[in-house]
Amino acid sequence: MRDVAIVATAQAKSTVNSTLTTPELLVPVITSLFEGLASKGVERTDIDFWCHGSCDYLTGQPFSFVAAVDVLGAWPPIVESHVEADGAFALYEAWIKIQTGQAETAVVFANGKSSSGPVDRILALQHDPYTEAPLWPTMTATAGMQARAALDAGVVTERAMAEVAARSQRSAMSNPNALLRGEHDVDELLAQPYANAPLRTHDCPPVTDGANAIVLATADAAAKWCDRPVWIRGIDHRIDTQRLGARSLTTSASTAIAADKAGAGNGKLDLAELHAPFTHQELMLRSAIGLDESVDINPSGGALCANPQMAAGLARFIEAADRIANGSANRGLAHATSGPCLQQNLVAVLEGAS
Amino acid sequence: MSDDVLRLRQPIEVTYTWSAGPGSSGHMQALSEGRLVGKRCPVCEQVYFPPRGGICPRDGVFLGDDVEVGQTGTITTFCIVNVPFLGQEIEIPYVAASIMLDGSDLAVQHLIQGCPADEVHVGMRVTAVWKPAEEWSTTLANITHFAPAGNDEEASDA
Amino acid sequence: MSTTDDDVTIADDGSFTAPLVLAYPYDRTVGPTIGRFLTGLMEKRIEGTVGSDGRVYVPPAEFDPVTGEPCTEWVTAADTGTVETWSWSADDERAWAMIKLDGADVAMMHRVDVASADDMSTGMRVQAQWADERRGAIDDIATFVQASGDGEAGQ
Repeated sequence: MRDVAIVATAQAKSTVNSTLTTPELLVPVITSLFEGLASKGVERTDIDFWCHGSCDYLTGQPFSFVAAVDVLGAWPPIVESHVEADGAFALYEAWIKIQTGQAETAVVFANGKSSSGPVDRILALQHDPYTEAPLWPTMTATAGMQARAALDAGVVTERAMAEVAARSQRSAMSNPNALLRGEHDVDELLAQPYANAPLRTHDCPPVTDGANAIVLATADAAAKWCDRPVWIRGIDHRIDTQRLGARSLTTSASTAIAADKAGAGNGKLDLAELHAPFTHQELMLRSAIGLDESVDINPSGGALCANPQMAAGLARFIEAADRIANGSANRGLAHATSGPCLQQNLVAVLEGAS
Repeated sequence: MSDDVLRLRQPIEVTYTWSAGPGSSGHMQALSEGRLVGKRCPVCEQVYFPPRGGICPRDGVFLGDDVEVGQTGTITTFCIVNVPFLGQEIEIPYVAASIMLDGSDLAVQHLIQGCPADEVHVGMRVTAVWKPAEEWSTTLANITHFAPAGNDEEASDA
Repeated sequence: MSTTDDDVTIADDGSFTAPLVLAYPYDRTVGPTIGRFLTGLMEKRIEGTVGSDGRVYVPPAEFDPVTGEPCTEWVTAADTGTVETWSWSADDERAWAMIKLDGADVAMMHRVDVASADDMSTGMRVQAQWADERRGAIDDIATFVQASGDGEAGQ
C-alpha cells in the first residue's frame, strides 16, 4: 500500500435555494483550494487526477458533470473521472488511482444543489425500478420505516434520537458552514409533533446546497505540499442489498465490515464524523462501528445540520481531516453513506503524525 | 409463458426550479433586448459568446466584463442535415453551422438559411436574422437563423 | 424539458429562474422473472421465488442472493400480510410499510391507505387492494388496506 494523505480541503458555506449553477457553486471552492496551496508553489497543472461526485437527477440536467469540468481549468486536457454518487466515493476512486501508481496527486470534489428539485422524491429513483421506484418511496419515508424498526427492536429510543439532534445542533454553533445550529432542550424537542412519524423535524436533515473539495497526495508530494498531512490509514466500503426487506433495518452490516477492514478498532479514536442524515442512523452507525462515549461524534454538527446531497459524505472527510490537521485531534474516523437506509457505507481511518 | 408481460412503461417526471445563474443571466437579458452579449475572461482575455455559464474553461475563473459582439460572423464549420429524427422542428435538408461572431473567440451554433445548402462554405460571412421583436424571449431562438451577409471578402478580424 | 418565458422569474442577484420539467418516458424490458411477477399482478396473483436458503422472496429475486444462481422455483403468496415496520408520510397522508405477505419470508414495500398514523401499528394485518384497471405493474396493487378480520393470519 502507498501512503496517501489529505493535504488540503475547501468547503462552500451551506445555503438553500441557491441561484448559482453547479459550476458557479464550485468555482470558489476550487479557487480557495489552490489559494491555500499557493504558498507551497502548487498549481492546477501539478494535479495528476481529478475525480468528481454529483448526481444529474439532483441537478436536473443530464450530463451536468461535464459542465463542471469547466471549473477545473481543464486546459491542457486533464485526467478526470466522475462518480454518480457522493464525493466520498470519488475519493475512494482517487485513492485507488494513486494506489495503482497512475497518479501521485488528486483533487476530489463534490457538489449538490438539493434545492433544485424535490430532493426527497428524486432520491426515490435509487430504488428498484420495477417494484419500488414506481411507488415513489421518498428518502424520508424509507428512513422513517428504518427508524420504526430500530425503535421496535429497542436499538434506539426517541429520546436518544432527540439527544443526537440537540448535540449536533449545539456542535454546529462553531461550524460556519452549517445551515442549522442552536441550543435545544431535549424535552422540548420530544414535545414537537411528528413530521414523518416516527421522525420529527429535528430527526431529518435540512435541504442544503453546497460543494467541497479535497487534495490527496502520496508521501513525497505531501511532504512538499503540506505542513501536517492527514494520512488515510485504512479505507473500505461495502454495500447491503438494495432490497430493504431482505436485510436487517436495525443494524448496518456493511458499516461494521467496512469499519473493521479500515482498521477502526486498531487504536484510540479521538473523533468520528459520521454521515448520518437521520438521528437514528447515527445511533446505528455508532453501534456498528463500536464507538464508545470517549469518541467525539460529529464535532461539525454532521449531516443533520448541513446535508448537501452528494457532498455531505466528502464533508465528513474534510471535517475530520481539518481537526487532525490543526492538532485538535490525532486519530479520527470518516464515514459516508449512499442509498436508502444506509445501503452503502464507506469508512476511513485518518491520522496525523505518523 | 409467451403471454407474460415483457415491458413496463414507467415514465419519470420531475419538476425543478432551474436557475441560469448570475453568469448567464445578463446574456439572456440582452437577448430579450435584441443584443448579443458575451463575457471576457480576465486571465486569457478570450471573449465567450455564449458565456458558458460565466466561467472560463481554460482558467477555471469567473468571466469578467460583458462584451457586446457583432450580429455578423464567419462560418467555421457546418453540416447539411438530411436525417430525420424525433423532435425535429425544421424541414430537411437544413444547414447547422458554427459561427464565430465578430468580436467573439468562441463559435456559436445556429442554422444557416437564405441560400441553397450547397452554397454554404467555411469562411462564409453570415448575419443574424431576428424574429419580430414582440416574439423575443431570453434565448438564442430569438434569432431564427443566420443568412449570407454577402461580403465574404471583408471578413473582420476583430 | 421545457420552459415557457412567462414562467421566468428574476432573482435578487439577477439570475433568471424558471420551472423546468424533466420527463423520461422509460419503457423498460422486464425480463422473464419480473415479467412473470407483473403478469401475476394483472391476474390478482402475487408470486415469488425461493432462494437456496429456502427463503421466499416476494417480489421475486431474479438471482439467488447467496449463490447468484437464477431462481427457478416459484410460489404464490397470499394478498394478505403483516406490517413489519412503517412510517407515516405527512405530505401525501399515507403510510409506507414493509409488508411480509402470508407465504413469503422477505417483506415487500408498499403503501397503506389509512386515515391517520393512529390507524397504523407494527404487526397489523393488511390486505392488497387491487386496482380496477391493471397493466402489469407494481401499482396494480393500488395500495394495502387494513385487513378485514384483523388478527387472523391467512396462511
